[in-house]
Amino acid sequence: MSKDNQLLEELTSREYEHGWNVALETDSAPKGLNEDIVRFISERKNEPEWMLEWRLKAFRLWSKMTEPKWPNVTYPAINYQDIIYYSAPKQSAKPKNLEDVDPELIKTFEKLGISLTEQKRLTGVAVDAVIDSVSVATTFKEKLGELGIIFCSFSEAVREHPDLIKKYLGSVVPMSDNYFAALNSAVFSDGSFCYIPKGVRCPMELSTYFRINAANTGQFERTLIVAEEGSYVSYLEGCTAPMRDENQLHAAVVEIYAMKDAHVKYSTVQNWYPGDKEGKGGIYNFVTKRALCAGDNSKVSWTQVETGSAITWKYPSCVLKGDNSSGEFYSVAVTNNLQQADTGTKMIHIGKNTKSRIVSKGISAGRSQNSYRGQVHIMKRAEGSRNFSQCDSLLMGDQCGAHTFPYIDVENSTSKVEHEATTSKIGEDQIFYCQQRGIDEESAVALIVNGYAKEVLNQLPMEFAVEAQKLLALTLEGSVG
Amino acid sequence: MSTVTTSKSLSEIIGSFSSATFNEALDSRKHAVEILETKGLPAGKNEEYRFTPITRAIENVFTWKTESAPSSITSIDPFLIEGLDANVIVFVNGKYSESLSRIVSPESEVSIKSLREAFNSNIEAVNTNFNTLVNPEADSFAALNTAFWQDGLFVHVPASTRVEKPIVILHLNDAIQHQVIAHTRLLIILETGSKLSVIEKFHTTGEQASLHTFTEEIEVKENAALEYCKVQNDTGKAYQVINTNIRQADSSRVDTFTLTLGGQIIRNNFAITIAGEKCESHFNGLYMLNGNTLADNHTVVDHQKPNSFSNEMYKGVLDGNSKGVFNGKIFVRPQAQKTNAFQSNRNIALSPSSTINTKPQLEIWADDVKCSHGCTIGQLDEEAMFYLQSRGIDKSTAQGMMLYAFTAETLNTISNEVVKEYVDSLISERLHKNF
Repeated sequence: MSKDNQLLEELTSREYEHGWNVALETDSAPKGLNEDIVRFISERKNEPEWMLEWRLKAFRLWSKMTEPKWPNVTYPAINYQDIIYYSAPKQSAKPKNLEDVDPELIKTFEKLGISLTEQKRLTGVAVDAVIDSVSVATTFKEKLGELGIIFCSFSEAVREHPDLIKKYLGSVVPMSDNYFAALNSAVFSDGSFCYIPKGVRCPMELSTYFRINAANTGQFERTLIVAEEGSYVSYLEGCTAPMRDENQLHAAVVEIYAMKDAHVKYSTVQNWYPGDKEGKGGIYNFVTKRALCAGDNSKVSWTQVETGSAITWKYPSCVLKGDNSSGEFYSVAVTNNLQQADTGTKMIHIGKNTKSRIVSKGISAGRSQNSYRGQVHIMKRAEGSRNFSQCDSLLMGDQCGAHTFPYIDVENSTSKVEHEATTSKIGEDQIFYCQQRGIDEESAVALIVNGYAKEVLNQLPMEFAVEAQKLLALTLEGSVG
Repeated sequence: MSTVTTSKSLSEIIGSFSSATFNEALDSRKHAVEILETKGLPAGKNEEYRFTPITRAIENVFTWKTESAPSSITSIDPFLIEGLDANVIVFVNGKYSESLSRIVSPESEVSIKSLREAFNSNIEAVNTNFNTLVNPEADSFAALNTAFWQDGLFVHVPASTRVEKPIVILHLNDAIQHQVIAHTRLLIILETGSKLSVIEKFHTTGEQASLHTFTEEIEVKENAALEYCKVQNDTGKAYQVINTNIRQADSSRVDTFTLTLGGQIIRNNFAITIAGEKCESHFNGLYMLNGNTLADNHTVVDHQKPNSFSNEMYKGVLDGNSKGVFNGKIFVRPQAQKTNAFQSNRNIALSPSSTINTKPQLEIWADDVKCSHGCTIGQLDEEAMFYLQSRGIDKSTAQGMMLYAFTAETLNTISNEVVKEYVDSLISERLHKNF
């Protein structure tokens, strides 16, 4: 047991790897939130009048809403007037190409292991990088442009593709959806926009990297993906933040609109700063992500690896409206120290013969709390629908908690829903078996955890799978429950 | 997320409370009224009553009154279980009926009294144990019941005693002429090493509506064993909210079975607290619904001590416009290491207009445990149906056979053969007549 304790100690004392801070000059709004701040943000971004109106409408809505209290997480009340809602890395002029980008910024991304330069051509990933809520660089634009694919920062899209934005903004996550979606709609500063035209298969992975750099800021980005009939895209998102003593708020909105026969794959590796081992600091990650399978036979698949954030609270969802459409959700959520995660998914079956699959793997260590919360709702007209859910929890240490809250609502008699969940620790017999064969305890745990999460990790694109496995290993190697 | 109803009914309900009519356990009654004042009855947004609009029914269907409606019931024969030699306790419209009840077990084996009588004769076990297992703060209907209970039953089994004959409790509501609102209680104490079997039945007669709140507290001490069976086969205008709270001490065993066949809205809050080590609890439930019945089973197993085992199995068959709601919570507290807790909820939907809402929930704070839950919603296996039909069995018989096989497993927690046969006959009747 003493060895276990030692290993656990080692695990809980591991420090956050991405916790550096680059001295970037920023242009910030004053603290607080009111209509003037909303106007300030809109003005800074040279937005057209309709966008400002939209923001103001969201702000007025938000002012009347109250913060939801139902998740299984606890945190001190957030003072929404003590947050800087807009912070942009200062640049004299909009960079024309990568050489013009602030070298400090480039350094930031090199530290993150994302090179915005030509090396990326080798891996074939187009990157849109967002620092402190402002998109700083997008690569491979021309190459994508040849296919008619639009991949750019959100503010650029507002200026250059207003028709598309007007049509799809808020079509999946309306501003009135929830408290944080309304807040985001009012103050979102940037994000990515992606449009795949009819019948186009996007030849490379599209990727956005988010980083919160400035202190006291909240990050509110918005991602909108529109996949036209018969198109395909795989989209990746990653995030980090420096170590800070205070908590920072991250309230993003992701909307995916998939038309007939379209297929969108969305993967996230979330590694925001989780706070130190006493639970000081860290990011509050309150995110609304939703996909609408609007057309028949469309498919959306969410994959997430959640290792960071002091508090994670998000439910990437699928609204399966088109007949025969399908939604998938694969998740690994790891919590350590005093981290709290309340995450899961919603599968709303509306169309006939719709299918959904949920695989959620929770791992809790230290004094953390890890919850799965999910809903499978099969509406009356969703005849012949099918759902399979599996959510497993692994506990390491006797001070953590694992919770499962699945909601299953079925309104017809032709659908089949299956749900299963287990909670356990790593079996002593499994460890014993490995040790018997000459694998030491630490490697055995790594092996078992990796096997446990494999089903989800396998869904990740190559580039992310490596990072995710590294992250998992970093957080959990050597810990024996 | 407001849970407070500010309707006229609530103020009417609270206003009807007077210390003069309700003099037993006055402190707990007053406290419950305070809870009602602050919390109200659960409204539509309340998470625990999201699918079960019983508050609305109280507002729209019932005229609130606190006195028991008169009754003309003179014979209990139609409600008895044929061939079962048992103690029979009868409540009519919430009042204990001494003339209809029949106690056959000797006083040395078990002490059975009306709760009012037990309070009036100042029995210490009642004073100390009453209202300790139920938490009126947690459920407003428990508060309503605690404030307004008319009568109840107190059962005390002395240490190392086996009660040979089961206790059958008949809850009869005579709604032939008037609406019935009844609030009853039950307090059972099983001392160390004792054994008891309880069967509860609920019946409403007549065409009027009935509302019955019932709160049960059952203390199962070390090495004691309880067998508990509840049959809810009520009429289409019966509303019930039943709070059952069982606490187990070291090495005790509890086997329960809840059968729900009829009623308008039936809500069962069923909670087992495992407060001892090496306990075993098996609790099964079966709901077979048709018409407009809504059956809502909310169960909680709270593992507070190590080395215990719990197994929960609830099954449902839904036809017509019926609704089945299930919420099963398993809590495993930090000290409850080496707990094994299993739960399953399986449903078959027969009709396109039936609805199933299920929410199996695990909350685990201990690491060395084995816990699992599973739930399914589906239909009868088409291939098996085809197999039976290809051998000349008509479709409805085949369906009956398949459903019978599906439900039979849940009867495992009943050991008394007569009771089992009776329950079995109710299931068969439902399968042949109504599906």
